[in-house]
Amino acid sequence: MEVSITQYKRCDVVKAAGRVDSNTAPSLAEALDSITEAGRFKIVFDMKDISFVSSKGWWVLIDTQKKCKRYKRGELVLVNIHKEIQESLNLVGLGTYFQIFDDLTAAVGSF
Amino acid sequence: MQRTRVFPGNYKSLAEISSFIEQSIKEAGLDTRDVYAVKLAVDEACCNIIDHAYGGEHKGEMEISVQVETDCLKIELRDQGKPFNPADVPPPQFNATLEELEEHGAGYYLMKKLMDSVHYEYSPQTGNRMILKKRIKN
Repeated sequence: MEVSITQYKRCDVVKAAGRVDSNTAPSLAEALDSITEAGRFKIVFDMKDISFVSSKGWWVLIDTQKKCKRYKRGELVLVNIHKEIQESLNLVGLGTYFQIFDDLTAAVGSF
Repeated sequence: MQRTRVFPGNYKSLAEISSFIEQSIKEAGLDTRDVYAVKLAVDEACCNIIDHAYGGEHKGEMEISVQVETDCLKIELRDQGKPFNPADVPPPQFNATLEELEEHGAGYYLMKKLMDSVHYEYSPQTGNRMILKKRIKN
């Protein structure tokens, strides 16, 4: 899975495409870890081109959210999430741990 | 009509399994929401086979059969890994704080929520057998 990171003044925007499953989740985790390990904790994950997320993928995002919110130093927010993906996130009770935005400008502007 | 395929028990199989499921259930005429639900439930079931029944990748195979009946979609998954007791799977931690959240049990819980029925059985002769059913709304 190819993951791109764009560093803005106020936050980092992460973008990827396709499936986030047990096969691809480690690549996403690596990209997110590279941001938090560099001491940046305000992250927008643009899910416009993400077509599928299994529970493995959610745990990668939860893990990053823990690192970001610790000491109130930041947050991981989600944007452009497909309806079916959001429904499954809510079904497993993890929806409440993320702020979800409808457009990228609003997500970036939240920081 | 029943379609059966055998996949190697590794994570690389997951995308291929998803395509196989999508192709096989086309004739059932499910809406996009239900197609996603079935693909996700099967993905979670396969990950449980790899992670728990086999205890890792490249340890065995997964046989997946899809049957589209008039009012029901039936997917059967078989493997030769360790048996498990569904009663031992902890429920998800609703209302936990972010820091308290731990990764376990979500896959099996999701399967039960996404499908209309999840049935599991084990016999030493045939191994693990899981049957997922989804009602076809007309």
